Amino acid sequence: MRIRLAVNGRAQDLEVASHALLLDVLRDVLDLKGAKRSCDTQVCGACTVLVDGLAVSACTYLAVEADGRSVLTVEGLADGESLDPLQRAFLDAGAVQCGFCTSGMLLTARALLRENGAPTRDDVLHYLRGSLCRCTGYRKIVDAVLTAAETAR
Amino acid sequence: MLRPFTLHRPDTSEEACALLARLGEDAAVYAGGTELLLLMKLGLLRPRHLVDVKRIRPFDGITDGTHLAIGATVTHRTVERSALVRARCPLVASVARHVANVRVRNVGTVGGNLAFADPHSDLATLFLTLDASVELVSPRGRRELSLADFVRGPWETAREPDELLASVRLVPWPPGTAAAYVKFGVHERPTLGVSVALRLDGTDGDSEGRGGGARVADARVAIGCVNPRPARVPAAEARLTGVAVTELEDVTGAAAEAASADTDPADDLYGSADYKREMVAVFVRRALRIAAARARGAEPAARFPHAVVA
Repeated sequence: MRIRLAVNGRAQDLEVASHALLLDVLRDVLDLKGAKRSCDTQVCGACTVLVDGLAVSACTYLAVEADGRSVLTVEGLADGESLDPLQRAFLDAGAVQCGFCTSGMLLTARALLRENGAPTRDDVLHYLRGSLCRCTGYRKIVDAVLTAAETAR
Repeated sequence: MLRPFTLHRPDTSEEACALLARLGEDAAVYAGGTELLLLMKLGLLRPRHLVDVKRIRPFDGITDGTHLAIGATVTHRTVERSALVRARCPLVASVARHVANVRVRNVGTVGGNLAFADPHSDLATLFLTLDASVELVSPRGRRELSLADFVRGPWETAREPDELLASVRLVPWPPGTAAAYVKFGVHERPTLGVSVALRLDGTDGDSEGRGGGARVADARVAIGCVNPRPARVPAAEARLTGVAVTELEDVTGAAAEAASADTDPADDLYGSADYKREMVAVFVRRALRIAAARARGAEPAARFPHAVVA
């Protein structure tokens, strides 16, 4: 099936199978390796990307569903060499350990801040439920999201 | 990896039902895919055709009348944020906020949740305390079925192969109903869900609830996740009906024990049957205490480990 979508602001015109998953198209066709396949069951959040601003699990999302939509992956967060405030805050807070969950955490946080510019710690915890960090570095991740929200205000 | 399939995208329920009738067991109804695609990846389901119902317009709306009708393809996220749902069935919006995680809520649908009938789910348990019914459409016309009759068992419903779930209809509680939904679990899906609703009659009394004549005119208690299907518990409801608001605390224990005695759980990865029976007693008591506090106009700062209070 033919799909036309924007990925990180760039128009893409692709021929994909109806059973192709968005994660595989991003990783294997567009060579965007930021979103990871991990649990493959929408539990862990490592494959999170934003579709029209909404966080979705790319591992369980048909690529054809992205037709006509705008997809944001971690590769699209920075503006050239200039990091997104969330990325800056993650670095400053030491919120990146092994890094496997980081792209999903960043994008989920990006979706949260788009909806709620002044989240409480509870808001962040609620929104990040289902985004797993097996280094268990949650405190610093939540700190970083709160810092990024403050910086943006 | 998914096995190849043909994706159909009908614009009307008539077209969709005709496809289902023609394709039979080779077809699966597809909306958010949050349940279906998982089983397809595991190879447990191998449909050669998916019938996407998201383009069927009447299925994606929320309408108000004598009941609140939520279309089958409305996402959990839309329910959470709907001003209409918040006004008419506020607890439904609160529970929607706690379904799975935000990615599932953005994509997963109310109809998919009910039609999939995973026993470890929140909506059916909550909806049973809202006199829910489902609207089914097929080439033979429309029919309405109570949710209790629709959900037959684990992953099993009364939906015929060529039928589509069009909407779920909820009967909003009258003003003066105190309710709570509490779920508990350490896995991704809940181990236990408890929904309670107490409709109160009479006067409220003073700010402490003293001197008031408010009594429970109608009690609803539903338990989910521990039995093969969610169900109301009449034995627990009977203990609560007619009880004065000021005396609710005294009967919550008995009602919780009655609920526990009425469950028939199995040993599985979520825990032993004995453990689940005990948790039913614990969480029915907690849910009733929260509802009782709300009946008195208070909002308890109730927090329990591994539990969500809505």
